[in-house]
Amino acid sequence: MNSTLLRTTAVRSALRAAVPSTPARAGIAGTTFVRGKATLPDLPYDYGALEPAISGKIMELHHKNHHNTYVTSFNNFSEQIAEAKQKNDIAAQIALQPLINFHGGGHINHTLFWENLAPTSQGGGEPPTGALASAINDSYGSLDAFKEKFNTALAGIQGSGWAWLVQDTQTGKVGIKTYANQDPVVGQFRPILGVDAWEHAYYLQYQNRKAEYFKAIWDVINWKAAEKRLK
Amino acid sequence: MSAPSYSLPPLPYAYDALEPHISKQIMELHHGKHHQTYITNLNAALKTQAEAVHTADITSQVGLQAAIKFNAGGHINHSLFWQNMAPASSAEAKTSAAPELIKQIKATWGDEQAFYDAFKTTLLGIQGSGWGWLVKVETGKEQRLTIVTTKDQDPVVGKGEVPIFGIDMWEHAYYLQYLNGKPAYVENIWKVINWKTAEERFLGTRADAFKVLRASI
Repeated sequence: MNSTLLRTTAVRSALRAAVPSTPARAGIAGTTFVRGKATLPDLPYDYGALEPAISGKIMELHHKNHHNTYVTSFNNFSEQIAEAKQKNDIAAQIALQPLINFHGGGHINHTLFWENLAPTSQGGGEPPTGALASAINDSYGSLDAFKEKFNTALAGIQGSGWAWLVQDTQTGKVGIKTYANQDPVVGQFRPILGVDAWEHAYYLQYQNRKAEYFKAIWDVINWKAAEKRLK
Repeated sequence: MSAPSYSLPPLPYAYDALEPHISKQIMELHHGKHHQTYITNLNAALKTQAEAVHTADITSQVGLQAAIKFNAGGHINHSLFWQNMAPASSAEAKTSAAPELIKQIKATWGDEQAFYDAFKTTLLGIQGSGWGWLVKVETGKEQRLTIVTTKDQDPVVGKGEVPIFGIDMWEHAYYLQYLNGKPAYVENIWKVINWKTAEERFLGTRADAFKVLRASI
């Protein structure tokens, strides 16, 4: 299926973008030091395909405008940091780190998010099976109990951020973690399933009633994509 | 043991008074729903805290700090924000209503345009939810102006700090009207800044700036 191909490509490109670039060799002035640029992945479904849980207008703005801004900004700051490395300008490299984290994180998070959503006609909302289902049951007792905990975590985010079902790479166990702004799930934890709690993810449809968005989104969660991320 | 209970301060103008720069729908939701939710959650947290103080339950008291800071911050910030805006056609929305403040702004940033440019750049640099503030910092007999950002609902309450005006950069403050066009919001908000209030806060003390909070108890 084409959508599967798109999804795989999207994740690979996001992960590639997240890998610290290899040290730039001495180059000619004006050379672009960034090898592969991050690109906006195609959505594996139509903008309106997640309605009524998420409106087509939200999806279009969220993907075409918000996500794309993270992509272009990430490329821009990656280029700047490559130039700073080239000039051995350590202060500039450090000053650029938060911007790489923010925009690179925005790109990674949204790429994973589009993938872990699906229209109900493509399996959205169908409960997890296999190892992921067992891991959730082991940690939370049931899928419903897990959803309740996850929604509590989402509601508790103060400001912009994300909630993730993560896998601890040390223990293999799954758990719920929240991340501020666009901080990506990297390091000790592996992202399995993410929900965007930024206001731009729901405001046009739900306004201040974010609890309704958190409830509705489970109808379009792509558990198959989540299962593939579990190791 | 009782705790103070706060209530929503009325807007000093109609919901549609800031149009076309901030829509009526945004103002209604922002004041009637968002601000109210901070107050409701603040009152609940303060009540729980009062009980925890009464029963000498120190772990609960510490556990409540984050919720109190966030929701009290939301109440403080929005209370200041409503007052530091005014309809674009009013005399308050002209910088001529703040002669002393403008004098110090020029002394600090060179000219008004340089100040706006610096402020806008700061606002657009916020990663996630937060606020941009013009702050007067008093150190002994000296005072200086500075532009600061605070994340989420962190309020400006540091030593010697008096918030002159604040600009809400949460997406709920502009999204229904400006969508992802954040720069346009950051441009238009200047047309509805209440310079009269800003001047009063600049010439006054921190207690003066926060009197709206006392009135909301």
